[in-house]
Amino acid sequence: MSDLSSLQAKKESQTKTQPGTPAAEKQSRGLFDRDILSHAAIDAVKKFDPRMQIRNPVMFVVLIGTVITLLESAANPSVFSWSVTIWLALTVLFANFAEAVAEGRGKAQADALRRMRSDTEARRLLPDGTEQKIAAAELAKGDLVICEAGDIIPSDGEITEGIASVDESAITGESAPVIRESGGDRSAVTGGTKVLSDHIVVRITSERGHTFLDRMINLVEGAQRQKTPNEIALTILLAALTIIFLPVVVVLKPFAHFAGADVSVVVQIALLVCLIPTTIGALLSAIGIAGMDRLVQRNVLAMSGRAVEAAGDVQTLLLDKTGTITLGNRMASAFLPVDGHSEEELAGIAQLASLADETPEGRSIVVLAKERFDIRERALGAEHVFVPFSAQTRMSGINLDGREIRKGATEAIKQWVTQQGGNPSTDLDHLAEKVAMSGATPLAVADGPQLLGIIELKDVVKQGIRERFSQMRTLGIRTVMITGDNPLTAAAIAQEAGVDDYLAEATPEAKMALIKAEQEGGKLVAMTGDGTNDAPALAQADVGVAMNSGTTAAKEAGNMVDLDSNPTKLIEVVEIGKQLLITRGALTTFSIANDVAKYFAIIPALFVATYPQLKALNIMRLHSPQTAILSAVIFNALIIVALIPLALRGVRFRPSGASAILRRNLLIYGVGGILAPFLFIKIIDLVITALHAY
Amino acid sequence: MSFTWTLITLVIMLAIIWRFLGKYMASVYEGRIRWASFIERPLYRLLGVDPESEQSWQRYAAALVVFSGMAILFTYLILRLQGHLPFNPQHLPDVTPALAWNTAVSFVTNTDWQSYSGETTMSYLSQMGVLAVQNFVSAAVGIAVAVALIRGFSRKGSRTIGNFWVDLIRGILYILLPISFLAAIIFMAQGALQTLAGPAHIHDALNGVSQTIPRGPVASQEAIKEFGTNGGGFFNANGADPFENPTGLTNFVSIVLILSIPVALTYTFGKMVGSLRQGVAILTAMTIIFGCWLTIGAVAEHQANPAVTAAGLTHQTSGNMVGKEVRFGDTSSVLYNIASTQTSTGSVNSASDSYNPMGGFATMTGMMLGEVSPGGVGSGLYTILLFAIIAVFIGGLMVGRTPEYLGKKIQASEVKLATLGALVMPITVLILTAVAVSLHSGQVGPLNKGPHGFSEILYAFTSVTNNNGSAFAGINSNTAFYNILETVGLILGRFAIIIPTLALAGTLGAKNVVPASLGTFRTDKPIFVGLLIGVILIVGALTFFPAVSLGPIVEQLTNGKFF
Repeated sequence: MSDLSSLQAKKESQTKTQPGTPAAEKQSRGLFDRDILSHAAIDAVKKFDPRMQIRNPVMFVVLIGTVITLLESAANPSVFSWSVTIWLALTVLFANFAEAVAEGRGKAQADALRRMRSDTEARRLLPDGTEQKIAAAELAKGDLVICEAGDIIPSDGEITEGIASVDESAITGESAPVIRESGGDRSAVTGGTKVLSDHIVVRITSERGHTFLDRMINLVEGAQRQKTPNEIALTILLAALTIIFLPVVVVLKPFAHFAGADVSVVVQIALLVCLIPTTIGALLSAIGIAGMDRLVQRNVLAMSGRAVEAAGDVQTLLLDKTGTITLGNRMASAFLPVDGHSEEELAGIAQLASLADETPEGRSIVVLAKERFDIRERALGAEHVFVPFSAQTRMSGINLDGREIRKGATEAIKQWVTQQGGNPSTDLDHLAEKVAMSGATPLAVADGPQLLGIIELKDVVKQGIRERFSQMRTLGIRTVMITGDNPLTAAAIAQEAGVDDYLAEATPEAKMALIKAEQEGGKLVAMTGDGTNDAPALAQADVGVAMNSGTTAAKEAGNMVDLDSNPTKLIEVVEIGKQLLITRGALTTFSIANDVAKYFAIIPALFVATYPQLKALNIMRLHSPQTAILSAVIFNALIIVALIPLALRGVRFRPSGASAILRRNLLIYGVGGILAPFLFIKIIDLVITALHAY
Repeated sequence: MSFTWTLITLVIMLAIIWRFLGKYMASVYEGRIRWASFIERPLYRLLGVDPESEQSWQRYAAALVVFSGMAILFTYLILRLQGHLPFNPQHLPDVTPALAWNTAVSFVTNTDWQSYSGETTMSYLSQMGVLAVQNFVSAAVGIAVAVALIRGFSRKGSRTIGNFWVDLIRGILYILLPISFLAAIIFMAQGALQTLAGPAHIHDALNGVSQTIPRGPVASQEAIKEFGTNGGGFFNANGADPFENPTGLTNFVSIVLILSIPVALTYTFGKMVGSLRQGVAILTAMTIIFGCWLTIGAVAEHQANPAVTAAGLTHQTSGNMVGKEVRFGDTSSVLYNIASTQTSTGSVNSASDSYNPMGGFATMTGMMLGEVSPGGVGSGLYTILLFAIIAVFIGGLMVGRTPEYLGKKIQASEVKLATLGALVMPITVLILTAVAVSLHSGQVGPLNKGPHGFSEILYAFTSVTNNNGSAFAGINSNTAFYNILETVGLILGRFAIIIPTLALAGTLGAKNVVPASLGTFRTDKPIFVGLLIGVILIVGALTFFPAVSLGPIVEQLTNGKFF
């Protein structure tokens, strides 16, 4: 025993020197942490590698253009051509930087997780009952390991024996320990978490390198990041907008020649880079990475970007009543006496019946009695026996000084009273029905043969949930409450919470059927779940958010895991999904709208020597053709940097109808996108002119 | 009739046609109209087609391409052999190979670009037997493609998009033939020619002058020329020739005919996708663009011609009457030419070449927007739907959902096909123009130098690639160089848009339908109309601004001001 305690002490000291957990990391690192920025600056240079650039067709064209202007500048050097070359190179650099910054926070987090994973030692249980110490990395699927207080659980697994409190803060950032026990839906443990008390035997369920922690590292780091469907579609549009401008710019040469003018290659490339959608091209991947990162910040791990995007498309949300819509436990909300008993009398007996009852319902009765009638908790004499709830009797209670106090289901208590020689009043049925109708659960209370009345146990609907649902409705999302309650109770709670529909007396099969029916109708469905019997439905749903507290089966079936195990977060996930798409759309619009002003800067500059009358198109009154072209190029580069914060934070999203959102974004990014460059190109032109560079 | 009343009457007429022809066309293509089945059924038997069996998009496209290829070949052969064939009272020789090729491709692609003068080149057999026939079938092909695309939107989980042969035959039989027949009677009643007798030889004894006046079956070709947005005139002067377009009434009827099918197809679209409002939205976008371009053209041509002013002629008529028929005046001429250039018709009743720079700008840029306002028969609708998909994609992202149009998710393959279809035209126009201005054979084409000469070349390739067929004129394009280079534009402008469009119909038809909710980007609201117009204008402006600034814009600025 002393060995064990010293071991524990040692481990604890190790824990203290351990580097910051991801949770701590999250708090310390903002989006633009200096450390991240300096790393990003280095990465931005590394990203000039053409093999990386080719993945982004728009920026690849800029890179090639830069190389051509570089060669041209070397052959025919001029301040102008060198300036253009430098600013084109900066355009690529800024794009790289945007991506590097977006990756930065994830990388830092992954490093922290990786340090946690390294060299844990495992105590493998051999078939003959002896123990063997091996490195966690050598564990195979199916091995049994022993973990005791203070041990780090070496890999993902399921508890086969025992119960323990586990500190999962390393993964979830939540410091309160959780209870894990063999059997049932609370048997899963995650590698890297720490056992705080007791002794458990764990069967390893993950292969090496495929543990939850490994997956988490990959996800936050974005190692296996793949383009999502909308990202692919957008990339195609951007590629098309790049391809179309190639002939537009190339044919300028013969066109100019026919008019008796000439256009230099440097100017052609400058125009090309200004016209192709570099702004969105540069920020596209940063937007995607940042979207995933925003989920991670909210402690949700999405297994793929596709899942995040699907979240934005969801039209039906299936929400478990318990824990999502209601606080999870039913709470005593009223004492309803019968047969002329007073409320206070009923409260007193009910409190006695519940004093030894440690269930949340029981506690809530004691609390209500105190609140309403100031009935204090009493010390019970030695002569008391607690009668626990059983499925046979459907009652619990206390035997105290010869009194037999019981509380339980109405039918059960009626039976009990009759057995005791009492006469259950007809009032009771009436009252019980009324309580059930209102969505609450009636709990009858009897003192021996004497029936006192009913305690109303109410599902307490979470504060603010009604507003959230009405926001969902304006977004066009239908909310469906899933509950095991009877239809009567379900209807009452559904109404109180403001959900659009409910599925009462839900079985896993009914849930599955509901998801399939919605999908048949073309809708995308999101749901949360934690139990093993939720797994098929989680897999079927387009967005399945598994609770981290749930079983391994559930976590593997879903495409997201909520580390906080807070089902309400599904709503936030949907919002993040939408915000991600909106940010992409808004910056695309902005990027295309910008082209109008750039044309007005560059076209007159191109041909004004041949056709002086084109000066009329120089509506910004830019100083000279060279400053005009250079100003457009500089604007084009700087706008990328200016929009990095927006790309990473996402466009402001307030839940409202599609038309309102569109109107607002079109106004800001469409109309704004047309006007802004006129102003800024003019300012840049004034600055360049003031510098007397030309 | 004043211009205002002309416009009001036009709008009322088109509103009626929109409602009734649109509904009728939906019934035709949904197979509910059967009054000509006694002709229809034998035709299917003849072709070996089972009218009940439908085709996948690939088979539909293959049938369309094979049919068009055969049509080009057949037309080419007849033109090449016309000297040896009957109905040739003027004893016109065989058409030269380059010109026959150009003309065959041009008529099969619904373009009707004419590098020749009809009265001195084509026999009656060529005019009636092949060119007018192509006016019918090429129009029917265009509508068929539009209907196939509509089916893609209106169906769900479908592997087929209709039967090309059925759509082709029904379009000709139930829509094009009967209405053209009625219209031809109006033209004849107003004095358009319709005869198989050869040219009239007239000797004016009083003045001692002999004249040969060409004649022919004009009215019958005139009707389908306008109704099928073909535009190929019987005579060189096209809509300005009094034997083709004798009166103010026929001028007005021509404009109505030109706009009928493209406008009414928006009703057909709304009807077939189950929401008329969707059709109204598309029509609104078309109308706004049309209105803007008509205004630019009308204002420009209402100004004095600067060349005439420079010549010191102070007593000008109101507006620029150079190159215009006095019978129609400046505004009705502009209305006709704008209607014709915005619909891929290409028939003209006045010379665009003699328009003021901004008038020429209006006819040229009207085509550069992709012929979508309201565009050619069928092609106008399917092209604007390609733009609608792009608009929906950008707008849809901005509301935070995978974009969807009429319940169909717009994803990678849709974006790919829509952008392909929308960008073929500008790329082709720019490259062909660049080739022409770079080579000597091209440079000698235009009769003018400088910006105006550039406009003439740019206009020619814009016209052929948009399958419009109108000529700016002022360019001698009946050379082997132009005849052959133009067919590149003709073919790409037609089939490189039709094939992606049919592919789109296929992918859309196979998709499930996402039910609309509050979170859906509504495509039947003004904001969508605005976005659609914005996308069309921005794509057009971004691709053609440099080219146009070297042509009409420079010309206009040379005159010192815009308007």
